[in-house]
Amino acid sequence: MTAKYSAITQLTLARLREFYREPAAVFWVYGFPLLLALGLGIAFRDRPVESIPIDVATDGPAGYYKAEEYAVLLRADPRLKLTLLDGAAAKERLRTGKTGLVLTPTAAAPGWEFLIDPNRPDSVLAQSAADSTLLRAANPALAAAATVESNEVGGRYIDFLLPGLIGANLMGGGLFGVGFNIVDMRVRKLLKRFLATPMSRRDFLLSLLISRLLFTVVEIAILLAAARLFFDVSVRGNWFALGGLVVLGGAAFAGIGLLVASRARTIETVSGLMNMVMLPMYVTSGVFFPADRFPDAVQPVLQALPLTALNAGLRAVINDGGSWSALGYPAVILTAWGVGCFALALRVFRWQ
Amino acid sequence: MSDAIRVRDLVKTYPGRPAVEAVRGIALDVRVGECFGLLGPNGAGKTTTLEILEGLTDPTAGEVEVLGRTWRRDPAGIRERIGISLQETRLADKLTVRETVTLFRSFYADGLDPDAAIALVTLQEKARAHVVKLSGGQRQRLAVACALVGDPELLFLDEPTTGLDPQSRRQLWDVINDYKSRGRTVMLTTHYMDEAERLCDRVAIVDHGTVIASGTPAELILQIGGEHIIDFTLDRPGPPADALHALPTVRTVRADPPRDGVHGYSLSVAEPHRALPALLALLQSSAAQLAGLTTRTATLEDVFVTLTGHGLRDAEGTAS
Ligand SMILES: Nc1ncnc2c1ncn2[C@@H]1O[C@H](COP(=O)(O)OP(=O)(O)O)[C@@H](O)[C@H]1O
Ligand SMILES: [Mg+2]
Repeated sequence: MTAKYSAITQLTLARLREFYREPAAVFWVYGFPLLLALGLGIAFRDRPVESIPIDVATDGPAGYYKAEEYAVLLRADPRLKLTLLDGAAAKERLRTGKTGLVLTPTAAAPGWEFLIDPNRPDSVLAQSAADSTLLRAANPALAAAATVESNEVGGRYIDFLLPGLIGANLMGGGLFGVGFNIVDMRVRKLLKRFLATPMSRRDFLLSLLISRLLFTVVEIAILLAAARLFFDVSVRGNWFALGGLVVLGGAAFAGIGLLVASRARTIETVSGLMNMVMLPMYVTSGVFFPADRFPDAVQPVLQALPLTALNAGLRAVINDGGSWSALGYPAVILTAWGVGCFALALRVFRWQ
Repeated sequence: MSDAIRVRDLVKTYPGRPAVEAVRGIALDVRVGECFGLLGPNGAGKTTTLEILEGLTDPTAGEVEVLGRTWRRDPAGIRERIGISLQETRLADKLTVRETVTLFRSFYADGLDPDAAIALVTLQEKARAHVVKLSGGQRQRLAVACALVGDPELLFLDEPTTGLDPQSRRQLWDVINDYKSRGRTVMLTTHYMDEAERLCDRVAIVDHGTVIASGTPAELILQIGGEHIIDFTLDRPGPPADALHALPTVRTVRADPPRDGVHGYSLSVAEPHRALPALLALLQSSAAQLAGLTTRTATLEDVFVTLTGHGLRDAEGTAS
């Protein structure tokens, strides 16, 4: 009889059903991170340098014909995009970023002068491209070095970004998935209703954890598949190590979510608390840029944050081909957070 | 016969400034197999009392025994044997009726088949409907199905029919009567006096955290001195209360505050055929003109008003 109606199974099923029957929730949990990854991946994709705009001033001391002559020489490099116009207008275009370099033909050797903006990489690039093209034109004997193009998967921004998004997703899912649901059930007096039955509290909390991990596996699978399909990002390390890390991260953040929601009486309170926990980690834990950009003084704190540890582990496995051995530091930090928060939450939890 | 519930000197004070003395020394005995009603206006302390019995709230003082057990010593034993419906619970919107009942069934070691519990509250046709699609009455019956699915010996219902239409109320009364007819015990709260008269074997009238009267509905009505009520209205103040009291078989006299120039009176009488002619003779000799007169049998509502001097505070409670 008892086996026919296992409380853990029924509680977990209830969570799954409630989730999949709520289209808005499905979108925010599955669709939104996917769109975010696609959007960021496209915005920050690494483009080959396609064209380098260069302006040649026609009213310089050496005159119009000299300008034309330089333009012909510079066109030898197909990347250079040339515009001939008077010096004042060219200067204005440099100031507004429309061109990277203004070349003015002069009477004195070597016969031209550059106007650049030293703070802009494209300007510096334009200068060196123009310089070398003109030097090569003057000395045709100079051989060009053989150049091999490399664009290795694993080193692009999207490769960096994807593990960070997975980590952020595990954090958001764990906190919102657990915290929001608990407070919702508390507000509806459902927790109180459950408490009046012989339901075991352990079963209840475990069902939250199990349903959370099931959602997580699907979430991560979707993200990885999309990254593979659209950006050719693949997992270079051990899949089982990745799975272990995802489960550990999901469980740790579920524990944090449980703690955040353990006493909150309203949805507003718990939303505020969750944002307070999550926002600092979004910024400092290496989701969008490496955590080590922050000063050394704060590094010990940042490295002890669960999301920093999780992201480091994910990058080690996904980007750097790591295996179980790469998981020591993340595992210690995540376990400490998960167990600590879960234990504390059980002590202070408010059932009604 | 043994008692299903035994309560002595129950006190509950909610801390705060000022502290709320929600329950101030309640004693109750509920027998196995009866339906017992806690009656009283909003804020009387009914929910607080019930939640202490259900083990959801700790009493400030007093003794509570449920099915021969105490919450301190055998909470699991009590939980396994009681079924409850809270005054307000919003079950998950997106689960179906059957899923919801099955979920509750899974909490109990023994109990009914979920479909059997659904049949008890006649929700079979809605078994696959999502909770969000149910009417108020259907939701309330679902809540009762969740209470029944553990096959409890004792059922607690907190205001089971508040806010329901008359037909839904009657359907729920049938469910409760069916359950009781299987020899089980019910304790419910209500502020509908007619509901208490229809369902309850015995009632306790609660006001301001104390029991002001208890017994069978018939006993309580007898206690105010008569089973009949004569209501009449006059166009100006009528004879003094003493004169009305002196009429044959009149037990209590109540004068309502005048409204729109109309003065209303209620007399509880044992023998209307003797009291009425004397009343009419008395009114004839006074200057006041009779504007209306009705006689009816007394209800628990009259008991409440007579004992407390005030009506049930919310208008809904006066439905009869
Ligand atoms: N959790 C609480 N904290 C403080 N006061 C409360 C609480 N619950 C109920 N009360 C107060 O106790 C009194 C009795 O409430 P309750 O038992 O709900 O009455 P009833 O169910 O008869 O309407 C009311 O004055 C109510 O405001
Ligand atoms: Mg109440």
